[in-house]
Amino acid sequence: MSTPVVLGTAEDSEAESIVAIPVRHYWRWVGAVACLFVAFLVVRLFALSPNIQWSDVWHYVAARPILQGLELTIVFTVFAMALGVALGVVIAVMRMSVNPVLSAVSWFYIWLFRGTPLLLQILILYNIALILPRVGIGIPYTAVWSSTATNNIMTAAVVAVLALGLNEGAYMAEIVRAGIQVIDHGQTEAGLALGMKRSLLFRLIVLPQAMRAIIPPTGNELIGMLKNTSLVSVIAAEELLTKAQIIYAGNFKVIELLIVAAFWYLLVTTVLTFGQFYVERHYARGASNRALPPTPLQRLKAQFRWVGARVPRTGGGE
Amino acid sequence: MTVMVEAQKVRKHFGHLQVLRGISLQVPTGGVVCLIGPSGSGKSTFLRCINHLEKIDGGRLYVDGELVGYKQKGDKLYELKDSEVCNKRAEIGMVFQSFNLFPHLTARENVAIAPMRVKHESKAAAAERAVELLARVGLADKAGVYPRQLSGGQQQRVAIARAMAMEPKLMLFDEPTSALDPELVGEVLDVILKLAEDGMTMIVVTHEMGFAREVASSVVFMDGGCAVESGTPNEIITNPQHERTKSFLSKVL
Repeated sequence: MSTPVVLGTAEDSEAESIVAIPVRHYWRWVGAVACLFVAFLVVRLFALSPNIQWSDVWHYVAARPILQGLELTIVFTVFAMALGVALGVVIAVMRMSVNPVLSAVSWFYIWLFRGTPLLLQILILYNIALILPRVGIGIPYTAVWSSTATNNIMTAAVVAVLALGLNEGAYMAEIVRAGIQVIDHGQTEAGLALGMKRSLLFRLIVLPQAMRAIIPPTGNELIGMLKNTSLVSVIAAEELLTKAQIIYAGNFKVIELLIVAAFWYLLVTTVLTFGQFYVERHYARGASNRALPPTPLQRLKAQFRWVGARVPRTGGGE
Repeated sequence: MTVMVEAQKVRKHFGHLQVLRGISLQVPTGGVVCLIGPSGSGKSTFLRCINHLEKIDGGRLYVDGELVGYKQKGDKLYELKDSEVCNKRAEIGMVFQSFNLFPHLTARENVAIAPMRVKHESKAAAAERAVELLARVGLADKAGVYPRQLSGGQQQRVAIARAMAMEPKLMLFDEPTSALDPELVGEVLDVILKLAEDGMTMIVVTHEMGFAREVASSVVFMDGGCAVESGTPNEIITNPQHERTKSFLSKVL
């Protein structure tokens, strides 16, 4: 038993490559066929239904009011998301503060805005004038220099952006906090040992690294935000869904206009999904010594190469 | 002889755990002190106290004649402000067991960032000196490379260059080779040895007895939060007096 087990030391390039019959996975074929059949039924239902006038869908898909609604939806999404991200960073930093008051206030904010439905928050903010009839600039309890009725400021559009943004701030705060907590404490110590102040350390060392963990869920939130803008249809803020509802209230083409709205939401979401992929890919640079994942285009090309060569591959690629 | 670091009965506890139980020692300017001893003996904590990463609970600690962490006016001690602590840390270099390089920055950016953003040197000057320092640790060709693409030994050499970029008056090494493959230990120790020859004052926590024997002007053996004995490398490593030192050395040598 004490003889050495190495039987050859020279590089063995003559070794025979393995050629084997692959295992057949019959259940995969059954599953695929079942799925395709269900998909076929759903498409058939929509395509052949006598109650959907597809010509009306085409007619309204690029109608002026719909495009105006789409524009407002995108504007709401951008501004509410910007507000949400800014609030999120501030609240996350407060949450991790050593000051117990700041930390408690941020805990309360997150508790409040995550604990109530977004729809309810929109309605409360829309009716804020009932408890705060006038707003003004001045010194509390003494002088008021200028004031106006709350309803002059809180238009449907302002309420929409504020409500969506305030709500998003609570979710972004948790995402930013999670991203920051991923960073190894050694990074902070190394920065401190070099004489960096806390604020500088946060900007130069912690936040840029946390971005990698923050970006993917933020992309998710952005897509969620796009669809949540439809909730402000309850305060008639004239975004995409409201516009569709206004039109079908007049001509009763309910399904057609809902399909038009669905089409635009899907289109914008698709664009955002691609955008997110490339942003994530950008932030992955330098983060690992492995190669970056292929882009969808590269993957498609690889697929075609595979279809082209049906012979079972044996050696190790090119 | 001027004294760079002086500890007088330094005490430190985490909750009920006494980590340092009255450490007294002196490091002369230009001296190289190696701290040896078992895990949990307080070596690393002591090092971190010198750099304000931990606060001491008792005794006095001086670096370059100034009290660490406090200002004394009359018979009252005042805690230092954050900005004052930062200024003092900037004068002390520290090298960690786990390197702690900034992974989103290249080797050159790692070395240049503190001179640029803490000392407000120009970008060009900082980058130029970063390349010089990388050349000194034998990594001239790795300036544009990210830390994850470097071996452990190379990363630790970048970390040493990063600490040297602040032109510190004192360097602290916290087990600089403990996380390295045995093959890579030598290249890091060579760099530290060269710094010692250039007259840098250093405190090195290490388990490399051969290295301690070669580089140290004095060796301190610590156990249970106390400095058990100290002396020249020969006295401590070859010819220890204390029973505890003897049994520790018999296991690591």
